[in-house]
Amino acid sequence: MSLTRLLAISRKELLQLRRDARSLYLAFILPLVLLVLFGYAISFDIRNIRMAVLDQSRTPESRELIESFAGSGYFSVVEHLETPADADRALGSSAVRLVLIVPPTFSADLAAGRGAIVQALLDGADANSATIAQNYAEAIVSGYSTRAVARGRRVTLPVTAESRVWYNETLESRNMIVPGLIAVIMSIIAAMLTALTIAREWERGTMEQLAATPVHRLEIVIGKLVPYVAIGLFDVALALSVGVVLFGVPFRGNLLLLGLLSLLFLIGSLGLGIFISAAVKSQVLATQVAMLATFLPALLLSGFIFTLATMPIVLQGLSYVVSARYYVAVTKGILLKGVGASVLWQDALAMVVFAVAGLAMAIGVFRKELA
Amino acid sequence: MPDAVSVRSLTRRFGDFVAVDRVSFDVAEGEIFGFLGPNGAGKTTTIKMLTGLLRPTEGQAIVAGHDVAREVAIVKRNLGYMSQQFSLYADLTVEENIRLFGGLYGVTGARLTARRDWILEMAGLSHHRTRLTAELSLGWKQRLALGCAVLHEPPILFLDEPTSGVDPVSRRNFWDLIYDFAEAGTTVFVSTHYMEEAEYCHRLALMNRGRLIALDRPDRLRGAVQEPLLELRTDNPARAVEALREHPVVLEAAMFGRAVHLLVRDRDRAMDEVPRVLRSAGLACEALEVIPPSLEDVFVALVRREGGAPVG
Repeated sequence: MSLTRLLAISRKELLQLRRDARSLYLAFILPLVLLVLFGYAISFDIRNIRMAVLDQSRTPESRELIESFAGSGYFSVVEHLETPADADRALGSSAVRLVLIVPPTFSADLAAGRGAIVQALLDGADANSATIAQNYAEAIVSGYSTRAVARGRRVTLPVTAESRVWYNETLESRNMIVPGLIAVIMSIIAAMLTALTIAREWERGTMEQLAATPVHRLEIVIGKLVPYVAIGLFDVALALSVGVVLFGVPFRGNLLLLGLLSLLFLIGSLGLGIFISAAVKSQVLATQVAMLATFLPALLLSGFIFTLATMPIVLQGLSYVVSARYYVAVTKGILLKGVGASVLWQDALAMVVFAVAGLAMAIGVFRKELA
Repeated sequence: MPDAVSVRSLTRRFGDFVAVDRVSFDVAEGEIFGFLGPNGAGKTTTIKMLTGLLRPTEGQAIVAGHDVAREVAIVKRNLGYMSQQFSLYADLTVEENIRLFGGLYGVTGARLTARRDWILEMAGLSHHRTRLTAELSLGWKQRLALGCAVLHEPPILFLDEPTSGVDPVSRRNFWDLIYDFAEAGTTVFVSTHYMEEAEYCHRLALMNRGRLIALDRPDRLRGAVQEPLLELRTDNPARAVEALREHPVVLEAAMFGRAVHLLVRDRDRAMDEVPRVLRSAGLACEALEVIPPSLEDVFVALVRREGGAPVG
């Protein structure tokens, strides 16, 4: 290992990166675009859910319940219905996603302490939104119940279908989305960044000249990795700043720990990119393989959107080899829960394994080609 | 004096195809050693094995006193290599390329500055040091590639068809540089398919279909052709070759620019027979004379003696 040779490679890589618009876009623009786009798209989806109300009770109590929906910020009451048939029309035409029906006996049941029943009809065509709306509605009604119980009345919601809780009970879904989103975006960007580097050398013939010099494959792989690790860490910092400043995501944990674990994660993902690049030796193919190897697994099997515990056992098993899984746990844990190494050590260990494996694969596949 | 390069039964197979077939030779220190042959003859494959870029299937190669198979790192420190295709970084400037290869060869500090200035001067790029390499003309690119290959002042220089595609003047200038290196004691191993370039070499190895078919000084190679050589000028060289190829007195008939070169068994018989054959075929015999063989004629004759046809 010669530091001079390693740095010569790193310096060259940076110079090339600086002159390559595509890489610059990938390194600095795309992560932000994705973060802002997904951050807003997902958060807009869960605010101001359009709902209609069929208030057959028309009492102060029913109006108070409806007011809790409207005042929550998650629903906006766009229509007051007259008959149950209107509910059909409103849901069917997609004018609203939820219809709240307050029966005529609502106030009387409350007063009698029998337990009042309200009905929420949901548009199940969009299952995701329906589930979100259902969870919000349950939370709002239970909040109302608590207040009612405190005042000596009771109310319960019959809509208690099997439900998975994707979002935290404070209903701050964006808090849950953005940290995981940062992890998912970084795993895609990292592999894409390095997927080009070795393939480009083969395609342009520069690898031959490089191979004729005394440079060792270790120096090439690590030399290429260094600038991208720096860029990756910068991206993480940038995404975190955007998350905290723009989306108001809390940062409760240790910044240094997050930096360290991000470094591990980046080494693994960038190493994977180099491995792919060295294995397929074509820029187009390497980009596609890198996309396939990171995008879907990171999106689906990282616990970012879909809870891993509720997945079929095969997919759960598969998720253990998706490095984004551990990084999602790390970003969520450190940002939202403020947990430290004592909780995250297993994830950290997995990320060490991925970093070592990424590097070993990159260097290993490279050996066959040189000399 | 020890040999700079020593090759024994070097063989490389790609599946069933034998690219290099049991080649053996030695190159002395300070020698300009030419590797001549058509495309596909195995020149590049041999050079790649000697520079540690390709593993031989069989045989041994000693370069700068070290076995390439076992001590490839030391060998690479001792050689400069310029590949057939231009393979410096097109998206780096002239100076950045020089600095990169300086770093890779461990040439730094004051020595790098001195070498950089020397390369810029040698390549005539002093005023273009901050230009992107992609913007340079081919002649400039090749001199820059040469500069980067000798940046660490290696004792042995491998040049794989360094002048392909450049104009004759640039080619001539390039060979002046090669002579300078050789005079300074560098061993130069150069492959080419330009016959006139082969004349500049101290010794020449002729390759065809993966085999070494001759190895000697250019003048001696020319002397190796014993049969008389005639040059024929006619109105239709292609048809003349057709008409003469099967004639018993003619050993080999080949187009040579606008002329036809004939390797014949007997000079006097040929001088009689050839014009007659042409006349009966309705072709004019504008001139017919005995000429000294060029290296290309030697090559054609040697390939014929081997009983094969040249590749390419």
